[in-house]
Amino acid sequence: MSTTAVVNPGRPQRFGHRRSQQFTERVIAAVLFGCAAVTVLTTVGIVVILFSEGLSFFREIHPVDFLTGTRWTPASGNFGVLPLILGTLMIAVGASFISIPVGTLSAIFLAEYASPKVRSIIKPILEVLAGIPTIVYGFFALTFITPLLRDSWLPDVGIFNALSAMIVVGIMTVPMVSSISDDSLRAVPESLREAAYGVGATKFEVITRVTFPSALSGIVASYILAISRAVGETMAVTVAAGATPHLTLNPLESVQTMTAYIVQVTQGEAPHGTIEFRTIFAIAMTLFAMTMIMNLLSARIVSKFRERYE
Amino acid sequence: MSSPEQPTKRITSSQFRVRLRARHLTGTLFVALAMIGTTIGVVLLAVLLFEVARDGVRFLSLDFLNSFPSRKPELAGFKSALWGSIWLITFTALWAFPLGVGAAIYLEEYASKNRVTSLIQINVSNLASVPSIVFGLLGLQLFVRGTVGIGPDFGGFGRSVLAGSLTLALLILPVVIVAAQEAIKAVPSSTREASYGLGATRWQTIQHHVLPQALPGIMTGTILAIARAIGETAPLIVLGAFTFVAFTPSGVLDSFTAMPIQIYSWTSRPQADFQDLAASGILVLLFVLLTMNTIAVFLRHRFGHLTKN
Repeated sequence: MSTTAVVNPGRPQRFGHRRSQQFTERVIAAVLFGCAAVTVLTTVGIVVILFSEGLSFFREIHPVDFLTGTRWTPASGNFGVLPLILGTLMIAVGASFISIPVGTLSAIFLAEYASPKVRSIIKPILEVLAGIPTIVYGFFALTFITPLLRDSWLPDVGIFNALSAMIVVGIMTVPMVSSISDDSLRAVPESLREAAYGVGATKFEVITRVTFPSALSGIVASYILAISRAVGETMAVTVAAGATPHLTLNPLESVQTMTAYIVQVTQGEAPHGTIEFRTIFAIAMTLFAMTMIMNLLSARIVSKFRERYE
Repeated sequence: MSSPEQPTKRITSSQFRVRLRARHLTGTLFVALAMIGTTIGVVLLAVLLFEVARDGVRFLSLDFLNSFPSRKPELAGFKSALWGSIWLITFTALWAFPLGVGAAIYLEEYASKNRVTSLIQINVSNLASVPSIVFGLLGLQLFVRGTVGIGPDFGGFGRSVLAGSLTLALLILPVVIVAAQEAIKAVPSSTREASYGLGATRWQTIQHHVLPQALPGIMTGTILAIARAIGETAPLIVLGAFTFVAFTPSGVLDSFTAMPIQIYSWTSRPQADFQDLAASGILVLLFVLLTMNTIAVFLRHRFGHLTKN
């Protein structure tokens, strides 16, 4: 930069220089604000697109029929979204039966028991699970988990089934639970643990009665985030669970999730502007609302119930 | 917290010793349980990698990287997918890096603490958890259909590298912003004050002192975000990316396929040969991701001492 300190302050040349510098500064600030504004525009864009296309769908199909109908066969005019919502929630809840216990136990082990050395090895390994592309989990479910289930104790499970999708989505969301829970367990001050040891508690009692309850807000938030992630998961469930919109709670059958339906339509030949194509915006709107509510809820739990330590 | 139990009955020391043994036993069992829980994750990762490697080695060769997809499994290759991903990621980085760093600088160095700033900040963290398929719909409406009548030759961007990279850039933008913010925050304020003290303007301070110090952290975060974009399938499929492409792009307006899309297309074929091809593709994809992660970790360790964390 050409800041010269030895210029005579009275000379107009310097005055002009300072002015142009101020102008540059202002332009830069405006450009940087523009960058930040892109994120807000992205959200606005998502909301506007989902709502405008979604509302034009709801002008033809009543929202109540959409939300309470039990049959989803758009080709023959049945637009009941419940089979898709149920399929989505079944997989998300099923996945949490894996991600919550495994993630919580890993978090407790890493935060309370593991030596720094063991921790520095295990933690990155668990995070790799989150970095593996979801299509790889789909492949794993289809070519390993389902055949394994069939060859062992569930011979009549279908090629596409909800169970294998639950298992892989559960695996991929373990790191979400373990790393956020680990962070909040480690945020509990040492003095609390020491006080409990001081009155004669064993390590197990310290963890279950002091550390875990103190970190509970962060831990619960991690559970909600993991479920929200499972709801929005696309490729693994598309590959593993198939494309049959059943209103069923049987995990051995094929189901279709909301995301898998969107993939099916965008890959198919339904032309833009048809009611069949517009369904995906109504579905995406529902999906967006569901995940947004869960994310806001988890943020609220953290801010509202967090124990503050000074 | 649970209320403390009332010691209504006194117990003898021998009773206490028995109970204490039971309490310690519970503790030992719990440690075992926690270790098993932790091992499950590690074992599952190992099984997954082993299975993919076992299925994938059969077709993995230089020919595989240098051939286009084919109906005959023994002739099929990954060339269009690999090059498609390289094109896509280059442009994704080109959009996301300046936008993300610019937004982070604004939030950390310029923004005053007011409603607008906190709105932007909350919005960034919310966007990071929007399902990626929703970004695909945004890209479809905005970049593929929204540019019809405006874009190149009035046909719009089409299902091109340009539309795909813009969509992925919006998807990873929140991650880049948060990482860049962390890196900028870690630059000590004494650096800024020293620069201001010498008469530098705000931008001069940022350009010459804050950014160079924060750069390794920013690069690490950006590389990790881009690694995430490489594995993204859903937004590109929603955008209408083609699954069978027998050419490599030669410009941003060319259509493309990408590694995860080719893997998806092979996985959905019922023949076992194609599923082995998918495994070979996964091995290439994981190798690329591993390389990027290694670079990111290296950057963090090599330049870690420059910043506080």
